[in-house]
Amino acid sequence: MLDILTLFLFNIIVYNIPLLYGTTGEIMIEKSGSLNLGVEGTMAIGAVVGYLAGARTGSLLAACLVAFIASGVVGLLFAFLTVTLQANQNVTGLTITTFGVAFYYFIGNAVANSAAGWPSLIDTKLGSKTQAIEIPLLSKIPFIGKILFSHMILVYVGIIIAVLMWFYFKKTVPGLKLRAIGENPAAADSLGVNVALYKYVHIIIGSGIMGIGGLYMGLNLGGTYEGSNCWINGYGWISIALVIFANWSPAKAILGTVVFGFFNTLTVKYADLAYAFPSALGWLNKIPSHFFSALPFIITLIVLIASSLSKKKKSGEPQAIGRNYYREDR
Amino acid sequence: MEYAIELKGITKSFGPVAANKNINLALAKGEILALLGENGSGKTTLMNMLSGIYMPDSGSIFIDGKKVEINSPEDSGKLGIGMVHQHFKLVERFTALENIQIGMRDDGRFVHGKDVRKKIEDTAAKFGFDIDLDKVVANMAVSEKQTLEILKVLCYGAKIIILDEPTAVLTVQEIDKLFAVLRKMRDEGHSIIIITHKLNEVMAISDRVTILRHGEYIDTVVTKETNEKTLTELMVGRKITLNIDRPLIEKTHPLLEIRDLTIKNDEGAVAIDHINFYIRGGELLGVAGIAGSGQKELCEAIAGLRKIESGQMIHEGESIVGMSPKKILEHGISMSFIPEDRLGMGLAPSLSITDNMILKNYNEATGPFVDRKSAREEAQKVIDKLEVVTPSTETPVRRLSGGNVQKVLLGREIKSGPNVLITAYPVRGLDINSSYTIYNILNEEKKKGTGILFVGEDLDVMLALCDKIMVICHGRLQGVVNSDHTTKEEIGLMMTGTLNIVNKEGKTDGIAKDSAITDEEGKA
Repeated sequence: MLDILTLFLFNIIVYNIPLLYGTTGEIMIEKSGSLNLGVEGTMAIGAVVGYLAGARTGSLLAACLVAFIASGVVGLLFAFLTVTLQANQNVTGLTITTFGVAFYYFIGNAVANSAAGWPSLIDTKLGSKTQAIEIPLLSKIPFIGKILFSHMILVYVGIIIAVLMWFYFKKTVPGLKLRAIGENPAAADSLGVNVALYKYVHIIIGSGIMGIGGLYMGLNLGGTYEGSNCWINGYGWISIALVIFANWSPAKAILGTVVFGFFNTLTVKYADLAYAFPSALGWLNKIPSHFFSALPFIITLIVLIASSLSKKKKSGEPQAIGRNYYREDR
Repeated sequence: MEYAIELKGITKSFGPVAANKNINLALAKGEILALLGENGSGKTTLMNMLSGIYMPDSGSIFIDGKKVEINSPEDSGKLGIGMVHQHFKLVERFTALENIQIGMRDDGRFVHGKDVRKKIEDTAAKFGFDIDLDKVVANMAVSEKQTLEILKVLCYGAKIIILDEPTAVLTVQEIDKLFAVLRKMRDEGHSIIIITHKLNEVMAISDRVTILRHGEYIDTVVTKETNEKTLTELMVGRKITLNIDRPLIEKTHPLLEIRDLTIKNDEGAVAIDHINFYIRGGELLGVAGIAGSGQKELCEAIAGLRKIESGQMIHEGESIVGMSPKKILEHGISMSFIPEDRLGMGLAPSLSITDNMILKNYNEATGPFVDRKSAREEAQKVIDKLEVVTPSTETPVRRLSGGNVQKVLLGREIKSGPNVLITAYPVRGLDINSSYTIYNILNEEKKKGTGILFVGEDLDVMLALCDKIMVICHGRLQGVVNSDHTTKEEIGLMMTGTLNIVNKEGKTDGIAKDSAITDEEGKA
């Protein structure tokens, strides 16, 4: 019984860390005043390219680097279109999502239909590198140890990225300048901050972070390619909503990931829970499974409505978000 | 004399509009130079070329005698130039300290460092600023924000400081305080340019004055050797005789009466301050005032687009306060406002002339479908009558030249046969011929007995065209003068706040003798 509960909580983290990557990446981009709706596509490209590179080299580090670079290039494209060419950010973002997911299927199908076929993860060098790392001492703590301290390395990396990003925004001068651009680019510009450079750098880094999240999703799903179902499966969209839930704070994004993760995990594990706690949770079995599949998206909707109604007025939202900046505008 | 800045032959155009034409300016070291001119005379554009926001099309800039190129605000900062913009460039959500730190060069990588705070506090103490560095800008009063802006440029080590209309938002006491700071800065060896159009302030603070008019350099004079009258003349120019018709029509009763009207602008400051005026049928009343004196807010309030704070607006005996724009239109009040970018208000640029006609009277059609046929006929009527140059009625408005766009806008407004027509800057940016067409349209309307409120820029035109001119300065009524019994100089002095003739000579300005509003209603 306890095992099932432990597994449930463990899974919340395992399955949903990609949301944290997607969210922190998007927060970094939005803090520069750009709204990138291309998270889904950016993650998909990072996932497929990164995974194939990892399978070829057998190195997780190489997989991560390639995922970061591939998605970073997508970010570069977004930055070029919106910062340099002043294209509409919403349209550009949606285009990137469409393109990215299509690119995922294009490459995926090409590889799967080739003579060598789709590279598997099981019993490969890359597969062994995605095993959980048990943190000494901490992982020995009963219950908590299993849930929090025996994960694959990318789980820890994701959390470290979130914490570092929080520190960067809050405590460093470049972080301050970045936030100033998101709030009032004309003010930052008048003080000699290179607005375009800051936007480019942070859009690229943010996109790269999303790419690693996409790669993680693929690895976590055992690296099996299904021609009909993209690994990312809407997580990119949920990430965009999570940014609002987290009030543009990377630290709160961790909390948001856990909350969303709970509902996500319920989708897969509700039957186990109902079996383990028949008296308390038996009713879960009476609910159609489709409802659980829809649950994360319903929650997203509720969060968006709630945060729009909130009196605090989205205090973390950059004031200049979504608007391109052109110095000689009058 | 040693110069901190020399500008030689600076020219800058925005599209076909030349904002600065061949301008020369010199700022001596350790002096306060006032840059005087009406709005639209190119003062801010010129200064923005020093702050790196714009780049000149031609001409050269010398700093401390050396020729320089300023390509960005960063270049400008490195040359020791600091600009306090009229619209503050502050991040509202940040504290004062954070705002200053955005622009700090080589002062550590972490925010809220002790050294940085100390440095800022020292600078503040040196110039006698009283500021709470941890206060969030959004919670600051306007004067505090300005103090922060000035402290900011001082912290960056600026030796040349440009202030764009710094007194526009301040009270009299705050202005005195600001001037004390400016004098102190001058004594510390800073060179200062202050942009303003208030003559009393020019006299009070500056050592020399450079005057611009319509984007051109007029003159530079030593403040001690001049007076307000001379400066006004330099600023507005000598009277030019224009050949504009002014038909005399028998005036009827007051159509629109405004009593004790107060309006706030978007920033929450008072834009129109207890104004009284009225328009009779067959009368063309001009509104003169430096741009930004509340003209826009007044027009918007009458058209029902802006809430008023207090006062009354009576149209033919009925209050229009709180009415929807549509109701006000149906009442017979039409408003056309030509903003600085000319396309911004009133017309949808991508739609055709026909479609723009429909925008105004879509609700007259019966049934769910748009009555395109009659709209097209109306469009054709406007085109014929006002001689709009256009390939067809279906041409998108943005493809027309400025003058034709304005004719379309005005044509649409008078088509519905209003009895009060509010028109602001109808000839803005037009050449002489198109302007005359517009004047003729207005005169035609006047002959029909329409009461017209004409918000204008050019005093010569207003003196020729309007029957009476009401002058406002910072939202306050300075007086209503009869065009035949006034001079350009008098209006100029009133516009700059030097002269106020309201209720002089025993008459009550702005309240009609045969007013439809009783005294009691007027007080309510």
